[in-house]
Amino acid sequence: MSSAVTKTAGGAGALPTPPAAPRKSVTGTRLWVAALFLLPALVLLGALVVYPIGYSVWRSLFDADGSGFVGLDNYVEIFTDDATLVAVRNTAIWVAVAPALVTALGLIFAVLTERVRWGTAFKLIVFMPMAISMLAAGIIFRLVYEQDPDQGVANAVVTSVHDVFVDESVYPKARPNAQAGDLRPSGGGSFTTEGTVRAGTPALLPLVGIAPNRLPGTPQDAKASTGSGVTGTVWLDFRLGGGGEKGAVDPGEKALEGVKVEAVKDGKVVATATSGTDGTFSLPSSADGARLRLPGSNFAAPYNGIDWLGPALVTPAVIGSYVWMWAGFAMVLIAAGLAGVDRNLLEAARVDGANEWQVFRRVTVPLLAPVLVVVLVTLIINVMKVFDLVYIIAPQPTQDEANVLALQLYLVSYGGGGDFGLGSAIGVVLLLLVMPVMWVNIRRLRKERQR
Amino acid sequence: MTTLETPAPAPKTPAPEAPVQARRSVAARLASGVAGGALRVFLLLVAVFWLVPTFGLLVSSFRDPTDISTSGWWKVFSAPAQLTTKSYESLLENGDVTNALFNTIWITVPATLLVVLIGAMAGYAFAWLDFKGRDWWFMGVVGLLVVPVQVALIPLSGLFRDLGIFGDIIGVVLFHVGFGLPFAIFLLRNFFAEIPRELLEAARLDGAGELRLFATVVLPLAAPALASLGIFQFLWVWNDMLVALVFSSSGSQPLTVALQQQVRQFGSNIEILAPGAFISMVIPLAVFFAFQRQFVSGVMAGAVK
Repeated sequence: MSSAVTKTAGGAGALPTPPAAPRKSVTGTRLWVAALFLLPALVLLGALVVYPIGYSVWRSLFDADGSGFVGLDNYVEIFTDDATLVAVRNTAIWVAVAPALVTALGLIFAVLTERVRWGTAFKLIVFMPMAISMLAAGIIFRLVYEQDPDQGVANAVVTSVHDVFVDESVYPKARPNAQAGDLRPSGGGSFTTEGTVRAGTPALLPLVGIAPNRLPGTPQDAKASTGSGVTGTVWLDFRLGGGGEKGAVDPGEKALEGVKVEAVKDGKVVATATSGTDGTFSLPSSADGARLRLPGSNFAAPYNGIDWLGPALVTPAVIGSYVWMWAGFAMVLIAAGLAGVDRNLLEAARVDGANEWQVFRRVTVPLLAPVLVVVLVTLIINVMKVFDLVYIIAPQPTQDEANVLALQLYLVSYGGGGDFGLGSAIGVVLLLLVMPVMWVNIRRLRKERQR
Repeated sequence: MTTLETPAPAPKTPAPEAPVQARRSVAARLASGVAGGALRVFLLLVAVFWLVPTFGLLVSSFRDPTDISTSGWWKVFSAPAQLTTKSYESLLENGDVTNALFNTIWITVPATLLVVLIGAMAGYAFAWLDFKGRDWWFMGVVGLLVVPVQVALIPLSGLFRDLGIFGDIIGVVLFHVGFGLPFAIFLLRNFFAEIPRELLEAARLDGAGELRLFATVVLPLAAPALASLGIFQFLWVWNDMLVALVFSSSGSQPLTVALQQQVRQFGSNIEILAPGAFISMVIPLAVFFAFQRQFVSGVMAGAVK
């Protein structure tokens, strides 16, 4: 969509000044010559751009198949129908967030790249996405946002950061052996014994549900604990090849190391222990007579990252991909503006004792204001027409949540809706939204002509 | 590689710099050194952040489908043997895909040439020919600059159906020509208007007519502007999906539409989507790197003077 840059940019309001002297034809134009030069363009513009505007306005006053006049009902529907309202809301979010974010990033990059020697290479990298299609960008980011941390790089990063701060559960799929032992589910993924533990009588906490050869590390064989204290064993009550007695620590059965064991009396945790390399644990004597609980954190499913394309985050996620595409545009334009800024002004401020932030905030930004406005307005127009990114990145189940007006127009007219009346009305609304810029452009041109 | 350099950097003023630096204490110099390091690290991280998404898809396009489904693309760093061109081979053997690639070319090339030619003719008329209401007509064209393409989808699908070109490549081309013209006329008219009058008059004295003047004097002079415009229009049409989605049919669809149809089963189609996206990106990226100057100057021409 790169040429959208200039297509919309042209509309952004900074039109080059035509030369002041009136340009009379040097040959003295005959009418048919002018017609020859102009006619192809005017015919095409009339048929392909002007006529559609008129037709859309007219068509928007009729119902889905164009047979009945409905007045302004289609416009009322845009602001009352639930699906379209979501699109209106999201378009508003896009307009409010995306252009400001892109411009701010572009400004930061433009100012900072001036201070490093490889600034040109940096600009090239950030500007590159402008050349590719929104479809390609959509595919690129669909992969980034894949839920599975083994597919999507966003969640791969999130889960690895998460795992640094939160201990991963050791045995995600383990569960008590229901036929042996008296561990029963006690809510929150935890398991608690029905009976109580006594000093001198080692507790047996058999678990199953993991294949012995899938245990992490190199587990030792489990050992029945001995001694007079409050002790016990957590182990995998299953060995390859079968055999052994259920609920008893048989030779060859593996210990489960690092399982957290809580002693619970009257619903309160009085002591905790963690099983050792041989699966045994020992609790202080205060745990005598308590029930033993294996908290749910032992068995929690592994953290799977953020649901980027779920209903809650899908619009911010798509806006993120837009920022990736367009930050380079803002950066290049602002950098050009920056090149025209008089360095003496910045230097003067520095000599007067202003720090870098003050120079940026009080001198650079005000001097760049005209460029920033042009960039912002250009992006606002562009954002209102965003279609491809949302259509490609938002998966089918959350596409409704991510909907924007430009997409809704397509969906109601061609995506199975078949409602050309509502589609035309949405098109007219989009046109009305860019009208102010159209007007500013024309006014500016007239002013320049009168000068 | 230097065209993204900020054009005409204002002359740096070394004079006031020297005394300021001399007055700086060791601590201040240390602080600014640390800040410089932090700045470099920050910009480096941003650059990596900007490259990783594209790089991930590029690597994925060179992996086996079974590898893709079992592990992330970053695993190739530990297992570079996974890299294979299998996905590209099977994609290029797929007749639908190669057909779509040719359709993209058949749509893009005429749409670009027509816009440049018709836009140049109209731009010249608006700049140098006399006729009644010239500036009013031009203002009308400028007004059309911001019209969103979405407005025309429904009306033109009706019109093209009546003309019998709905679903045809011609329809897609015509649409792009229509919406490419306002910017083309705007850009070229402003460029032509800057041509010195003396040049045109000299050619006139040599006996050139309006048509010859246009073809032998104006067009060669405007080559840089024509190139900028051509590159923009080319990329705009090449990268378009929406217009083709509505106006092409299964036989005339370009690459973007063919790929879009595979997105619904994203997870299982990544071995088509990844190389497909890269094939569609190769030309725009090549154009971008080869014609940076025109590309960037086109951006500027449109937005800031």
